[in-house]
Amino acid sequence: MLSKIKASALEALSDVTDGATVMVGGFGNAGMPMELVDALIEQGARDLTVVSNNAGNGTTGLAALLAAGRVRKVICSFPRQTDSFVFDELYRAGKVELELVPQGNLVERIRAAGAGIGGFFTPTGYGTPLAEGKESRVIDGRGYVLEYPIHADVALIKGRLADRWGNMVFRKTARNFGPIMASAAKVSVAQVEEVVELGALDPESIALPGIFVSRVVAVGKPAARSAA
Amino acid sequence: MTHTPPKYVAWTRDQMAARIANDIEDGAVVNIGIGMPELVANHLSPNKEILLHSENGILGMGPKPAADAVDPDLINAGKQPVTLLDGGAFFDHSLSFAMMRGGHLDIAILGAFQVAENGDIANWSTGKPGAIPAVGGAMDLAVGARQVFVMMEHLTKDGQSKLVHRCSYPLTGLGCVTRVYTDLAVLDVTGDGFAVRELCEGLDLATLQDLSGLTLKAA
Repeated sequence: MLSKIKASALEALSDVTDGATVMVGGFGNAGMPMELVDALIEQGARDLTVVSNNAGNGTTGLAALLAAGRVRKVICSFPRQTDSFVFDELYRAGKVELELVPQGNLVERIRAAGAGIGGFFTPTGYGTPLAEGKESRVIDGRGYVLEYPIHADVALIKGRLADRWGNMVFRKTARNFGPIMASAAKVSVAQVEEVVELGALDPESIALPGIFVSRVVAVGKPAARSAA
Repeated sequence: MTHTPPKYVAWTRDQMAARIANDIEDGAVVNIGIGMPELVANHLSPNKEILLHSENGILGMGPKPAADAVDPDLINAGKQPVTLLDGGAFFDHSLSFAMMRGGHLDIAILGAFQVAENGDIANWSTGKPGAIPAVGGAMDLAVGARQVFVMMEHLTKDGQSKLVHRCSYPLTGLGCVTRVYTDLAVLDVTGDGFAVRELCEGLDLATLQDLSGLTLKAA
């Protein structure tokens, strides 16, 4: 029987090694897999390279992982925010490295990794400091920059529902990087509100087919919506 | 000085936003950037259907919700709570940036530090040492939207023109700005520099040229 369900977030992350590249879904805190990140902190892996859109908000999720001193490098598009004080302090102290990537190049580099693409030419960033040192080419009169895929050892993502085959549906703007990151990692771990029976998900609405999901952990609905 | 500068009344930010909103056509697909451009959303005419795109996966974004209807899973690019209009759709980041980069958005409205007369824009970094850089989706919007409108003050706090011959700040995109809305004027970027479409009350072209340090054309 094929079942990707794990009993706990900690069990789902037991084999994350020091030095791993970890993709963390979410745009701000929408889609941020809080319970998985908390479990990663508890699990203890260090010297991580984190790939995520932002570099943590407030003191929870990715910010907590940074505060715990587990992150060596962040690859992201938008670290500086009003509530990114944890990252800001580490960066200014030289305790975390930053690779800044335009957001569309970030997601396309992740997509390329999952889709088996060795590199691609993008117009985004051409002629700017973020393309310095990169190969460029003019195609049909327009400038493009060569960008390479970003692969990960582990992806941590958040969905709404999953079945035991790993098929998933998402909720509103919490989908963001989730399906793409899941495709680009050797092991992709999803936290969902609830695991449902095979056949319960509308096949037309599955936004991430289970082939891209390695492990699923049910963490329950957030308090605000379970009360409703 | 070759002439006596007239007294002029700069437009307020709301007046700038209203001008931009007025220039957006019915049915347009628009991405409104973070910061000053956010004011444009308050001035969109209810008589036009304008489809707002948000980079984090929304087409058909609606206004902010009532305080008791905030959903942390429904936010905009500025990470503020929003709503979805009837007919709106959610999608993942890859598809969202395909819309942006692939030329599917009619208009992107961006803030900026500088716009050059060749249409270059600098809006993501002042390049100051020690500053933490952040770029987000600005470069994708700059290269991808069919028209790029910039909304910004004409002058810095110390009176330097933000319209420039060539940008000195790190570039966001090359030759992509089509129109600039400042508190003093509305200007088109042409193959031959800035062309002034409209001036705030009491301002003349000669004074705007002096303030900008550029040769400007009448549109």
